[in-house]
Amino acid sequence: MYAQMVKSEATTEDPEKLAAFQARIDAGEKIEPKEWMPEGYRKTLIRQIGQHAHSEIVGQLPEGNWITRAPTLERKAILLAKVQDEAGHGLYLYCAAETLGVSRDELTEALLSGKMKYSSIFNYPTLNWADIGAVGWLVDGAAIMNQVPLQRTSFGPYSRAMIRICKEESFHQRQGYDIMMKMAQGSPEQKAMAQDALNRFWYPSLMMFGPSDKDSVHSAQSMAWKIKINTNDELRQKFVDQTVPQAEYLGLTIPDPELSWNEEKGGYDFSEPDWSEFFEVIKGNGPCNAERMEARQKAWDEGAWFREGLMAHAAKRAARKIAAE
Amino acid sequence: MSGEWPLWEIFIRGQHGLNHRHVGSLHAPDAEMAVKHARDVYTRRNEGVSIWVVPSAAITASSPSEKGPLFEPSNSKVYRHPTFFDIPEDVGKM
Repeated sequence: MYAQMVKSEATTEDPEKLAAFQARIDAGEKIEPKEWMPEGYRKTLIRQIGQHAHSEIVGQLPEGNWITRAPTLERKAILLAKVQDEAGHGLYLYCAAETLGVSRDELTEALLSGKMKYSSIFNYPTLNWADIGAVGWLVDGAAIMNQVPLQRTSFGPYSRAMIRICKEESFHQRQGYDIMMKMAQGSPEQKAMAQDALNRFWYPSLMMFGPSDKDSVHSAQSMAWKIKINTNDELRQKFVDQTVPQAEYLGLTIPDPELSWNEEKGGYDFSEPDWSEFFEVIKGNGPCNAERMEARQKAWDEGAWFREGLMAHAAKRAARKIAAE
Repeated sequence: MSGEWPLWEIFIRGQHGLNHRHVGSLHAPDAEMAVKHARDVYTRRNEGVSIWVVPSAAITASSPSEKGPLFEPSNSKVYRHPTFFDIPEDVGKM
């Protein structure tokens, strides 16, 4: 999802303490930053929340690309508000990660050095306005699938950040679907653009949930700790079942000839995405990986004088205030 | 040097005459900027009518491991709750 393939850390603490910790989680208690927690729990959470935060921040880039070229002033204002929300979501999540003892600068540096990842989906380009519709509808739709259950996650600050994010996220998906409706009801050329955007974003959206993890030990540990609530396959199935009727309403076709309703399981059968493509994108070989990292590096480097300047100004004013007293 | 902006805890008074309530934290170079950032990060949907910002370093917190002894005094004083006392029905509402 926004956090894909997060490896859980092995834990080697006192079994008695571990059992007491697990009992608290099983009882539905929230774990707060200063309380005892296994080292593996702490490290896995930093990795997961950090990756989630990075995804929100990098996720501003494909959409920001269209702010200046939105078709109307209203669409522009809406897209601007949406992208600003993504920045806010990144900030909520960074703060949650920081309560675990990692600093903001460390997180940023880990992203820039490639040590920490962000979601594979943001390495695909947004080529035209219909893509902005598809991103809101499919990408935010997939994100919501994962984020709604995470509101119940065991780590207090993460759970509270997710609650705040979920409140704001449905606006994002609706604005995307609204664009898709407009395009699908427009001229034949506009409808073709909407179909083309769906064709390009369908499989990358399915990849957002990550490869099947039903046999993964990492997943099992994360699920026991309630930092992962559903398996990747469960969420992907839910996403497909929800999205197919929405595509039908638009009069668009899901680009999967194998897609069919399976009465027995009460869900759709569908084709798996090309996982070799997913692993290439994760490795850094997607269509936009280099461009995204360049943009983040540039923002970090060119913002340095500003961050330092404001600190210097604050220090000078504080010194003056002390002198005056 | 570490040029990281210090961390601030943000408290917001909602619309309904409630207390200021902790909503989260953020980084800012000084108090004035912390208020401006808090507006952008925590009140994008009209969530507040007033903002307090406090340097996180200025907060002293009770220790989670001493939760038991710290709160014990109130645990043992059930008579502080009105339901502790039986008042005859004939007396009426009290």
